[in-house]
Amino acid sequence: MRRRFFLAAFVLMCMAGALSAGRYVVPFKNVCGILASLLAPIEPWWTDIQYRVVVLIRLPRVLGAALSGAALAMSGAALQSVLKNPLVSPQIIGVSSGAAFGGVLAILFFENAFATMGCAYLGGILALFLVWCLCNGARGASPLGLVLAGIVINAFFTALISLIEYVADPYNKLPAIVVWLMGSFASASWDKLRYSAPPLLTAAALLYFLRFRIGVLSLGSEEARALGIDIQRTQWLVLGLVALVASATVAMAGVVGWIGLVVPHFTRIFVGDDYKRLIPLSCLLGTLYTVLIDTLARTLIEVEIPMGILSALVGTPLFAFLTYRLMKGEEGR
Amino acid sequence: MNEEKEKTGEKSATFCADKVGFRYGLRGEWLLRGFSCSLPKGEIMAVLGPNGCGKTTLLKLLLGILKPVEGSIRRGGHLGYVPQVSASAFDHRVLDMVVMGRAASVGFFSIPEAEDYRRAENALARLGIRDLAERGYARLSGGQRQLVLIARALVSKPCGLVLDEPTSALDFKNQDLILSALRQLADEGLSVVMTTHAPHHALHVASRVLVMENGARHFCGPPEEIVTTEQLRRLYDLELKTLRFEHRGRFLNSVVPIFS
Repeated sequence: MRRRFFLAAFVLMCMAGALSAGRYVVPFKNVCGILASLLAPIEPWWTDIQYRVVVLIRLPRVLGAALSGAALAMSGAALQSVLKNPLVSPQIIGVSSGAAFGGVLAILFFENAFATMGCAYLGGILALFLVWCLCNGARGASPLGLVLAGIVINAFFTALISLIEYVADPYNKLPAIVVWLMGSFASASWDKLRYSAPPLLTAAALLYFLRFRIGVLSLGSEEARALGIDIQRTQWLVLGLVALVASATVAMAGVVGWIGLVVPHFTRIFVGDDYKRLIPLSCLLGTLYTVLIDTLARTLIEVEIPMGILSALVGTPLFAFLTYRLMKGEEGR
Repeated sequence: MNEEKEKTGEKSATFCADKVGFRYGLRGEWLLRGFSCSLPKGEIMAVLGPNGCGKTTLLKLLLGILKPVEGSIRRGGHLGYVPQVSASAFDHRVLDMVVMGRAASVGFFSIPEAEDYRRAENALARLGIRDLAERGYARLSGGQRQLVLIARALVSKPCGLVLDEPTSALDFKNQDLILSALRQLADEGLSVVMTTHAPHHALHVASRVLVMENGARHFCGPPEEIVTTEQLRRLYDLELKTLRFEHRGRFLNSVVPIFS
């Protein structure tokens, strides 16, 4: 508990550091002062530009990245348990592609960020509904059936996205679509956060409270049912929450991959498969990972690197290392 | 008088199946038909039968996971389920694994409380494996894992245990460990229903044997009447011999298959 408290404090420090970093550096002391001034009246020692950069530009971006990272990592950990498969991530159930399709469709027909967000949510819900239909609806599905249905829906929406890219105006719409699909928190704003934060916070809180049931589901449907768990209700509730997180993230920042896969695996190094600690720690490490990657994305070189690219560039070697470690452990067993 | 006695016996039975019939779907083959049987408290029933005859389906019916198509099953209380030991995708701590047996009494959005953990520790102690509590489940031997699964079934305070091939894939020492644990639990008043492919296990621990044949036929009775050379030969469609011999003052039974 004490260690978790120190880690939470460290994550908050990193978030404050992220507010300070950028092409226009704001001294850390000034960042702390600006943040404190949001809570209590303080005589300012910072400039007005520094205040605007921190509060209007960087704070919604860092909060958006932190919330998305936390919720995606928790979703990944939950999904891996529910599907009894440590190799799945929120993208595997097809919701990210569904949400991405909705967003891309909105970019093609409307030029409004909120229409993009709305369509992304609708696309995500549609994808989950199709997975549900493929799995014979209320009669439920095995983890393998769910993964297969997710792969099918994922492939279907990916093909539709490619179709839209093919027909989109190559000078006007196509670049906007391609950049949006690469994922970035650059366009994060307080308005966007207002629409994304409530679903992300709600889903993360419910996943946290469901952590015992999620652990029981990792035993497999048959055993969990025999232990008195209502499989259908729990399984679809968790899938619905994961879909909400994936849609809200895509709506805010486009497709951001790898967080839901890499972070829970990385967390397992410290706490093993202990469901009580896995989900809260995934939340903290997901926040840390996403905030750090987003900060690197905007500070590493002159132009901003899309989040999706950097997340994959950091995530793949990390995942390769984790796989190597796992295989070495299996050999030694 | 006899009828009255039977009724009282049914009341205190762990389960009482009355003319149960079951098949998957509307046109599936009947796996059970006219199945009537009851198990008094503190007795061990071994279920024998070839692969695919419906042993696991019977367990699911007893647990209430499946509903009978015909007839009814009355239970004297909650039955604890002990699945076959299999490789786990996740390495849970043994104590966490056992406390999952309390899932039915933990609130939907809650986690187990100190009392649940105390019960889990007691269940481990009851089986003599309290020292495994902090170990990882995936790192245990087959026999230890099976004991952990039995402990998990015990924390829900069941009136009986339903075990799916508890000794399959275990070496002789671990088979002995599990059978002794089951006998100890039966002596303490818990009923046990276990499926097995080892007729000598049925002869060793069971007070009743249920033989299930393909085609929804079944026989139930005391082991010495049911587990006979003729019966087993027909059941498994294989030549075999049943042996009875004395070892240090104990009479032991064994079944030797004559492989082709």
